[in-house]
Amino acid sequence: MSDVVEKTLTALPGLLLSLDSQPGAAKLCATSRLGSLVRSITELTSKNVGEEMAEPPAGPRSPKQMKEIMVRAIYCEMLGYEASFSYIHAIKLAQQGSVLEKRVGYLAVSLFLHESHDLLLLLVNTVLKDLQSTNLIEVCMALTVVSQIFPKDMIPAVLPLVEDKLTHSKEIIRRKAVLALYKFYLIAPNQVQHIHDKFRKALCDKDPGVMTASLHIYLKLIKESPESYKDLTDSFVTILKQVVGGKLPVDFNYHSVPAPWLQMQLLRILALLGKEDQRTSEMMYEVLDESLRRAEINHNITYAILYECLKTIYTIHPKSELLEKAAKCIGKFVLSPKINLKYLGLKALTYVVQQDPNLALQHQMTIIECLDHSDPIIKRETLELLYRITNGQNVSVIVEKMLDFLRLSKDEYTTIDLVGKVAELAEKYPFPYNSWFIQTMNAIFSIGGDVMQPDIPNNFLRLLAEGFDSDEEDRQLRLLAVDSYLSLLECDTSGLPQRFLQVISWVLGEFSFLKEGLEPADVVERLGKLLDDDAITTETRCWVLAAMSKLCGSSDALCKAEKVAHKYTSCLDTALRQQAVELELLGRDVDLRTRVLPQHVIGFCVWLQVDSSLSFLDGFVSDALARGAAPYKPPHQRQEELSQEKILNFEPYGLSLPVSLSACSLTDRQSPTALSLSSSLSGNSADPPLKAGSNLLKLEGVKRVWGKQGYLPEKQATEEALAQEPSSIFAPSHQQACSESQQTTFSTIVEQDQEKRQLASSLFVGLGSQNAPCLLGKPEASSSQRFRRKVRPEDPSDVNRSLAVSSSFSHSSSALDVLLDNAIPDPTAVCLLVEPASAQNLSDSTSEAVPAVGNTEVVEASEVSSLSGGSGPLAQPSSQVERGLESDLPSRLPATLVGLLRSDVEELCSGESLSLSACKVFDADALVLAIFLKGAEFVLFSLFVCFSLCLNHLYSEGVAQCQGWEEHLNLGEASLYHSVSPPASCSCRPLPLTTEEYGKMWLSFSHDVKQNLMLLKHEEEDQLEAALTALKEKLCLHIVDVIGAEGIMACQLVSGRPCLLHCHTHGGMLAIWLRSPIADLPDCLLYHCQKAIQER
Amino acid sequence: MIKAILIFNNHGKPRLIRFYQYFAEDMQQQIIRETFHLVSKRDDNVCNFLEGGSLIGGSDYKLIYRHYATLYFVFCVDSSESELGILDLIQVSTIYIFMTVFVETLDKCFENVCELDLIFHMDKVHYILQEVVMGGMVLETNMNEIVAQVELQNRMEKSEGGLSAAPARAVSAVKNMNLPEIPRNINIGDINIKVPNLSPF
Repeated sequence: MSDVVEKTLTALPGLLLSLDSQPGAAKLCATSRLGSLVRSITELTSKNVGEEMAEPPAGPRSPKQMKEIMVRAIYCEMLGYEASFSYIHAIKLAQQGSVLEKRVGYLAVSLFLHESHDLLLLLVNTVLKDLQSTNLIEVCMALTVVSQIFPKDMIPAVLPLVEDKLTHSKEIIRRKAVLALYKFYLIAPNQVQHIHDKFRKALCDKDPGVMTASLHIYLKLIKESPESYKDLTDSFVTILKQVVGGKLPVDFNYHSVPAPWLQMQLLRILALLGKEDQRTSEMMYEVLDESLRRAEINHNITYAILYECLKTIYTIHPKSELLEKAAKCIGKFVLSPKINLKYLGLKALTYVVQQDPNLALQHQMTIIECLDHSDPIIKRETLELLYRITNGQNVSVIVEKMLDFLRLSKDEYTTIDLVGKVAELAEKYPFPYNSWFIQTMNAIFSIGGDVMQPDIPNNFLRLLAEGFDSDEEDRQLRLLAVDSYLSLLECDTSGLPQRFLQVISWVLGEFSFLKEGLEPADVVERLGKLLDDDAITTETRCWVLAAMSKLCGSSDALCKAEKVAHKYTSCLDTALRQQAVELELLGRDVDLRTRVLPQHVIGFCVWLQVDSSLSFLDGFVSDALARGAAPYKPPHQRQEELSQEKILNFEPYGLSLPVSLSACSLTDRQSPTALSLSSSLSGNSADPPLKAGSNLLKLEGVKRVWGKQGYLPEKQATEEALAQEPSSIFAPSHQQACSESQQTTFSTIVEQDQEKRQLASSLFVGLGSQNAPCLLGKPEASSSQRFRRKVRPEDPSDVNRSLAVSSSFSHSSSALDVLLDNAIPDPTAVCLLVEPASAQNLSDSTSEAVPAVGNTEVVEASEVSSLSGGSGPLAQPSSQVERGLESDLPSRLPATLVGLLRSDVEELCSGESLSLSACKVFDADALVLAIFLKGAEFVLFSLFVCFSLCLNHLYSEGVAQCQGWEEHLNLGEASLYHSVSPPASCSCRPLPLTTEEYGKMWLSFSHDVKQNLMLLKHEEEDQLEAALTALKEKLCLHIVDVIGAEGIMACQLVSGRPCLLHCHTHGGMLAIWLRSPIADLPDCLLYHCQKAIQER
Repeated sequence: MIKAILIFNNHGKPRLIRFYQYFAEDMQQQIIRETFHLVSKRDDNVCNFLEGGSLIGGSDYKLIYRHYATLYFVFCVDSSESELGILDLIQVSTIYIFMTVFVETLDKCFENVCELDLIFHMDKVHYILQEVVMGGMVLETNMNEIVAQVELQNRMEKSEGGLSAAPARAVSAVKNMNLPEIPRNINIGDINIKVPNLSPF
């Protein structure tokens, strides 16, 4: 390194000379600090910079010297020479120096280090000290460095101090504090959750600078969840109005435009808020109009605002009047002679053209001009615009233009991007231009070469192999491909990219037999020539050899292929060697050859069955198990066990292998199985529900031996023993097995008395098995709509009204559990339609009728009708009866849920004739949401939705807002809409521990978080007691012990992962310390604790 | 958000580098090289925007640059930033930078300013940039506040080294100046700065 530095620095004197030749510069050198710095840098030419700095010649250097040296180190780093030895000095300088030196130190630190650098920890104390300093400049510097770079773990240490600064009298300090908080929000959103109202205060700050700073936070927040900030729309609109109206101090004018950057920021925020929301959009029409009108002055910056304004207008709910004006403005951009504006005009057009294709028509001449523009950036933007307006008719022209551009472009990024677009267009509109398609793809492959996305050739090959609707078309397409590739191979192939060669060899290997009169031997020979080229990679060689082996049908071809392959049988590359050896083997074994290479079957690979369950390994696995090998465990389980192993085990090692095997199969078995809450097994499923299975391989007739949980035969055995389990679950029911696996269905019926409940629950156990045959009978239907199952009454004529409850779980891992029961006055039969659907499936819901719960339903209907009594049209609920029901509701819980911890029944929503209440019941491993639907005074349904909870739930809640699930109820004309987010705290369960156990566990847990929370109610006598009770109630914690001013609590997630809390009060503050073996858990829980304490 | 501010000369030598997103040292140098490569082959009469370097962030990444005499001022921003807004911000920061760099020599020899000044006042330029672009965020810039910062800086320097103070006259001259699009000479008020072409080093 020192050599390079030296070289650079030796260049300096030359530079100095050139300076000296100018009189001004000479003066400059002599008079200013510049001179001394130049001199000190030139002095360095003979020495090593590193030595110079690391080994001070005479004792320790003064901070002032250090400062100069530090600037030099910054310079070296900038030039790319590592100066890591100086990092520690930078921190020292920030710690020790006077204001000026400190500043250099801080600057160097923020330039040198990154967030997770170890040395940064050494800075924390300095920052703390400076934040408390009375010197404004020091506070400023500390805040600046905090807003640039700060270790995540140390945020709690400075957070209170930074918060204090929000109320500082100097606006520059307030502004920097807001930015520091923004930084904190970026790196650790959980830690600043509780100060959101302080952001609001900053937004209302009287200084525009502080307000602007807070807008950055809001932009970020609103981007994440626009819904939660709709109420601020009004404020943003008012601010923008004031800014546009020139109410800000003149200081903020830039070229007589008031605060342009602030305006842009506000417009961006409004766009986010108004997107797809008519009501919010209406609030901003006026101010947008005003902005458009004001932006008349012909200056760059007004155009910038105008552009931002256009984007907003086109993003929010459209208003024709505004759109008209906006279209005019776009014209201004596009037609402008200034190239920058033209570029933006094209960008704006690209943005809006899908909404309003006419605009593109209006400006077509300009667009054509831009296509031939000398600036490639403008050209590319034009192509991007064309790409958006491509249709079946203009595709060939547009693709031609794009290819022209590609041929000239040298930029790799552009090539990758455009090649992808061309390929997309060619695939989207390939017909009726078969030959055009092949040619275009050829062009793409030769231009895109090896930089393009790998899925382009893959898609192309798949398209060829799978074909389209008509066989004749497919045949023609393949033949065309073969033809064009053969002619390509005749010419010089050395310039072709590797990917293209691979495509060529695959197509020739697969489809060359389609061409009549073409000898396979011929093709093999041509392919063989490819191999002679030294430039081709081994990967391509593999492809070529694979193609050859496919062509070995005739002895002639085989002979040639073997000759080629022989060369590679001793090759060092294993893949290539394998390919060659296989080819040789094929040549020797005629039977094998005829078996694996059936002649002239188009794309026979399509019909190949893949045994994805690896059943051929059964024997091997059971042998291994018999010899005492450990059974397979899925990775997450292994990890868990590893983390548990860290704790010393005081239990005797007792379990021998067979026992653990059966235990493992028992628990494993349940997760993919339809579970009945009322069945005795309901409590055991500790596994998080499987993720949506996406593989739709055809597995008919293939025994299912390997599941996600590992080897399955034992499970099947135990399963058969359990008569009440639906047999369909593990049967080779391919797609159903997959989709079933995520549906843990349970059903329960609420009745007034126990007997009926038990009767009903036993009846509903059969629900799953009753459904199964129907599902099995319709594999096609369910394969097209994978994760959907609907239950409909057998005979729709019996049903007067139907009630649909669709629960959509946007939560990826939440289980879909459903159940229902109904209670309806005769003769009105109500059926509950339950559709578990993942969010994306919801939109295209087409119904699949499954004869289902018919008879069960009838039974209940009559039973319940007797107890709910009466019949009649839906009427306004009488409040009296309602109150009666309110108290009545909990008693309607099924026996299995009675006695469990549960929340109060609360009304979720109500309409004219319906109302919906719910309560949460905390089961050991699940959260049951009991929903009571009340119609007229007599109608009462209950619906139980069981969330199998898993750890993820809590995490996702902590980090982002869990969307929960939504309900749409339609009952006749009455409809209700409600959405519920299952609170994250539902995942917690009390963990009963003794103080000793707590102590042991505390020491063994590795992850911890500490924070001070402000207790709001100072007047309380026993703050600790109150806080603990609040936490206990809100979060289901177990209070282990209270010792003086300290309290310890414990809880566990439903998955059994513990978390320990230690609380300590002092002077209105509650210090919470959380520990858990799982990394993120304390963070999440802390957040919920904060919420619980605040809401108290 | 602004991801990086790069200033390099016509030969690609970095003169001031500020990254707001962490990149490893060699990656930084690669980005500088790539950016220089992209920017340097463009004429002066094409637009000031570039899209898609492969290094910083692919499609969500724009380069907005200005070319003043021997220096390229390049801002790497993500897609949320306004092109024209940044373009003007470059102009503003350039003014501030020149203001900072020259302020102490303003009354003595204003005619010769060059890249070297940028190097020798690197720390000060960084401080000013810190005020204009904080942690990658564009803040609405109150001219007076920045000017006050510059003055403060100089006052501190003065108390340290006894150098001549910045004349307020120059500051106010700079305040309302308007840089032409691509100046060969930078006009500030009626003072003319000639930018010498330096030999590469």
